[in-house]
Amino acid sequence: MSVTILYKERPPYAASATVEGENLWVDAGELPASAGWELRPEGVCRGDVCVPVPRGREGEFLRERPARFNLAALARLLAEPVVHEDAHGVWFFGEGAAARRAEMQSLRAPDFTLPDLEGRPHALADYRGKKVFLVFWASW
Amino acid sequence: MWQALYDELRARNFIVISVALDSGGPATTGQWISKAKATYPCLIDERHVTAELYGVVNVSSAVWIDESGRIVRPAETAGTSDAFRTQLDRTTKQMSPQGMAERERVRGAYLNALRDWAVSGPASPYVLPVDAARRRLPLPAEAYALAAANFRLGQYLHARGHAQAAAPYMAEACRLHPESWSYRRQTWELEEPGKAGGAEFWAAVDALGDRPYYPPAVLEP
Repeated sequence: MSVTILYKERPPYAASATVEGENLWVDAGELPASAGWELRPEGVCRGDVCVPVPRGREGEFLRERPARFNLAALARLLAEPVVHEDAHGVWFFGEGAAARRAEMQSLRAPDFTLPDLEGRPHALADYRGKKVFLVFWASW
Repeated sequence: MWQALYDELRARNFIVISVALDSGGPATTGQWISKAKATYPCLIDERHVTAELYGVVNVSSAVWIDESGRIVRPAETAGTSDAFRTQLDRTTKQMSPQGMAERERVRGAYLNALRDWAVSGPASPYVLPVDAARRRLPLPAEAYALAAANFRLGQYLHARGHAQAAAPYMAEACRLHPESWSYRRQTWELEEPGKAGGAEFWAAVDALGDRPYYPPAVLEP
């Protein structure tokens, strides 16, 4: 079946996947496009970072023929939040609190890109070199 | 709202970037942005991503970022106060003279600190030393990361017309992160325009008792 994967800040991705309760088995070939991970002999990797599949727990993460990977099990292993809504088949994978805390403690202003009213994108990094007064408001 | 300040300080290598934490997008923010005729960037964050990145839980809040990209003041109340809780007539929306004076005092002190930073840069006493800045960081608890995930899923469903399916996720976000007025008020506003400033809002504000709605910004380190 088709599941919409919202993986952190990546755009929504319609993946062919199987939902089994709290587990989401994603076609291994779709891991890079849906979540930015890929399967390698050393584990599941993103760039230089590889997470080995815990020994003795392979069955929680990997299936063969067809090759599938349990993205929800990875989120749990990394202590990252995962929330899903099954009527519309939407899964959201968020950033973990520990990673957020570490990022904040660096005091480096996290970059983001957002549109203005005309839809033009602006990145915070475009304004590096200036003192930035970043102010939040809302219409509500 | 910040245009006069920006005009005054732009020659000091200073810029204002405003971010609307607003899932209504251009439809709800557009009239305010157009009316402001701002010459600084006015951005729209429908998913409240920046609130998560910077630990923002209410508006008006602000973060100060220096030329190198370092946070010199983490998220804090930006020039506003709790005067509205006792000094605003909730029917006529008129603020008492005492409330107006309090509001001006708080806003004035905050603007003076901003001016000092724009002019003096790192020598300003309002630039927090690294240790002080770290102590003031609104570090997220585990529950807040789960709240953010629930909010993001709810917001996605709502934006695609599935308001009913979205509701339990928005409610869960509010439950897991009760300090976030932006989750709470955004959720109300998505349920029904105007609800964010209605009876539920005032009841929640009154339930704070002695606790602040806007924790006062402590300007000196």
